[in-house]
Amino acid sequence: MAIRRGRGVAAINYPTGMNLGGDPTQALVHSTPTGNFMVTLSSVDLGQGMKQIMAQICAETIGVPTDRVVVDTADTDTGPHCMGTFASRGTHRAGNAVIQAAKEARQVMLEVAAEELEVNASDLETDGQGNIQVKGAPQKSISIFDVALSAHFKRGRSISGRGMFLIPRSYPEKETGAMKPSTCYAHACTVAEVEVDDETGEVTVLTVKNVFEIGRALNPKMVEQQLVGGSWMGISHALYETTEPYYPNRDHGGTDFNQYLMPGPGDLAQTEIVVLERPSADGPFGAKGPGEMCANPQIPAVANAVFDAVGVRIDTLPITPERILRALKARAAS
Amino acid sequence: MELRKDYFADVRKDGLNEIGQPRPRLDSPGHVTGKTAYFADRNFPGMLHLKMVRSPHHHARIRSIDTSEAEKHPGVVRVLTAKDVPHNIYTILILIQVGPEDETVLADGKVRWKGEAVVAVLAETERAAQEAAAKVKVDYEVLPAVFDMEEALKPGAPLVNEYHGQNYYLYDSGECRKVRFGDVEAGFAQADHILEQSYQSSPIEHAPTETTGCVVAPEGNDRFTCYTNTQAMFFTLDNASIILQMPGSKLHFVGGTVGGGFGGKVDVIVEPIAILGAKLTGRPVSFVYSREEEMQISSPRAAEKVVIKDGVMKDGRIVARKVTGYTDAGAYSRHSPYGAQKGAAHYPGPYTIPNVWIDTYCVYTNRTPSSAMRGFGVTIGDFALEVQMDKLARLIGMDPLEFRFINAYRDGDMKAHRQPTEGAALIECMQEASRAANWPVAEKYMAMSSYRKGA
Repeated sequence: MAIRRGRGVAAINYPTGMNLGGDPTQALVHSTPTGNFMVTLSSVDLGQGMKQIMAQICAETIGVPTDRVVVDTADTDTGPHCMGTFASRGTHRAGNAVIQAAKEARQVMLEVAAEELEVNASDLETDGQGNIQVKGAPQKSISIFDVALSAHFKRGRSISGRGMFLIPRSYPEKETGAMKPSTCYAHACTVAEVEVDDETGEVTVLTVKNVFEIGRALNPKMVEQQLVGGSWMGISHALYETTEPYYPNRDHGGTDFNQYLMPGPGDLAQTEIVVLERPSADGPFGAKGPGEMCANPQIPAVANAVFDAVGVRIDTLPITPERILRALKARAAS
Repeated sequence: MELRKDYFADVRKDGLNEIGQPRPRLDSPGHVTGKTAYFADRNFPGMLHLKMVRSPHHHARIRSIDTSEAEKHPGVVRVLTAKDVPHNIYTILILIQVGPEDETVLADGKVRWKGEAVVAVLAETERAAQEAAAKVKVDYEVLPAVFDMEEALKPGAPLVNEYHGQNYYLYDSGECRKVRFGDVEAGFAQADHILEQSYQSSPIEHAPTETTGCVVAPEGNDRFTCYTNTQAMFFTLDNASIILQMPGSKLHFVGGTVGGGFGGKVDVIVEPIAILGAKLTGRPVSFVYSREEEMQISSPRAAEKVVIKDGVMKDGRIVARKVTGYTDAGAYSRHSPYGAQKGAAHYPGPYTIPNVWIDTYCVYTNRTPSSAMRGFGVTIGDFALEVQMDKLARLIGMDPLEFRFINAYRDGDMKAHRQPTEGAALIECMQEASRAANWPVAEKYMAMSSYRKGA
């Protein structure tokens, strides 16, 4: 009887957006009289930080700092349609809609600035700090604050834009399954190291090293929070979770967080995250959807590591001490 | 976290002002100081609380329902049964033309899973609603139930859901979604080794911090405002409109920050019945799942079974892969026909295999209805695929990581569903994992690229 160590690897990909497309999202952008920008959506922020990312996307596109952008979302009286926040689609779909709306608003803003500066709009650029200037002659500039005031009270222009993003729906061919499920895929490779006690069947995940390719890390800190959380969820799925531990007997199904098994802080592995960025052709600034993908590769990596440690395959999730001990017993008997 | 900017630097525009910057989240201070408003922070004078009477049986005919004692219970304002729901039989994916309608808002004549909603009680307090719910008398005739997907698919198995007529979802392609690419039997015939293995999973809980729920307020002008933590505002509004036979213009949905979703809040379960309660009583209604309901009543991730048969050559090439996937939808469709179909699109995984055969089934049993969850249609498939990859590598005596390099998809490779691979990055992820985990592979694999030669 001993503590045995093993390691396992898994490599995966994951589609961005609703399978087979057909999932639209719209956005509206408008300027306030003093040059702040409102993004109006009906998308839902699940706590992952959707509003923050939409603000950064709008700010980058308009050419203002992020704190000049306010996101108003999840109200069906004011926000245009969004299919919803699921299928790793929020950033990709809503982000593209926000870019389109913000570009239209930016164009009006530059046209008003051009009138004020008596130049062509195509000769203007934003400095990212809240000013519009002539390309190559930054001393000739006007603040976006002043441009917005002019648009509202002098020029009678609405600095606003409409955005819509839709991947047309694909219908699978009945006999061959020919179809277009998605336009871009995120990728991952995970290596997990475990210790397995072959007397108790208990598994300790020592380290999890995840490499994720996500198109573009729009906000690296938020990417990190999502990827680390996902990695923990993957471990939990591999080793702990079931709502029906003795199915079809429904007794002992967890009804609260005392009974429903999940890893506690002390059970979490040392977690490393490496991020690669291969921009997708149709992602907002190249971003793909990593939200679901990041919780998947740990499961097979841990399963493979358990085999590497003790030489038995557990092909049924979750990989509980009971299942490991039964497999060890069966192997010893054979 | 480490950002490795050296990969794909030639195709990426860095140095933007706002994108790529680790800006602090503008909503964080509200979250960490308890100032962020969630739907349940809405509290209206005269608000009623809704509690459900649920089926204690997996499969039963309802002979009769007696609500008289419950209605007399102090604090009870209204008791709802199937006849009160304008369009009681629904299915949420009808909005994207995935039918038939197969589920009841409140059970009508039959229950098909243990926990199914039968009667809704509206009362002045949660306690009164709970106590009154216990006084509802339902006379059941227990029917044979089927708990296992393989049993459900056998001839003569108890029929779970009459609206389907058989215990599987009927796609336009037949009993399963199919992918056919190359000649899988010819591939097996040429293979040095064949390995067929079966993988299974249990349902799991989304475990959000905030349980599913909504608060509905009548606006006094025939409009109803529904404060909800749904993950999909218009999807929920439009389904509520169908169920309630109420024009969408009469409904106003307000979301906001949700305390975690993970796919568990896209089923449109609480909103329609709460709006109906508000309409019939003229009072605000709160319907919030207890933690027990969240864990044992709301849809979990499906139990799945995946059977993979592979033909592999001694040199490491996989020449044929046949996958049969089974998704246990439980008693009703919800999002499962979509999830099972997503699996068909995902297999055979991120590998280039010349001969592929995929069948994915969405199966009905008398189990708690499953639905969407993070990684829907893919997570269990990836578990099965990647354990299978490990077994194949060991079968031919090859390093498991090197074995994946040999089969990894690259730009331009044709996938089984007949889309050319674009934007691949699996090889680079594995190269970086090799370094990060100190798992050396042969130099030729470290020199590979996902880019197509000459591109």
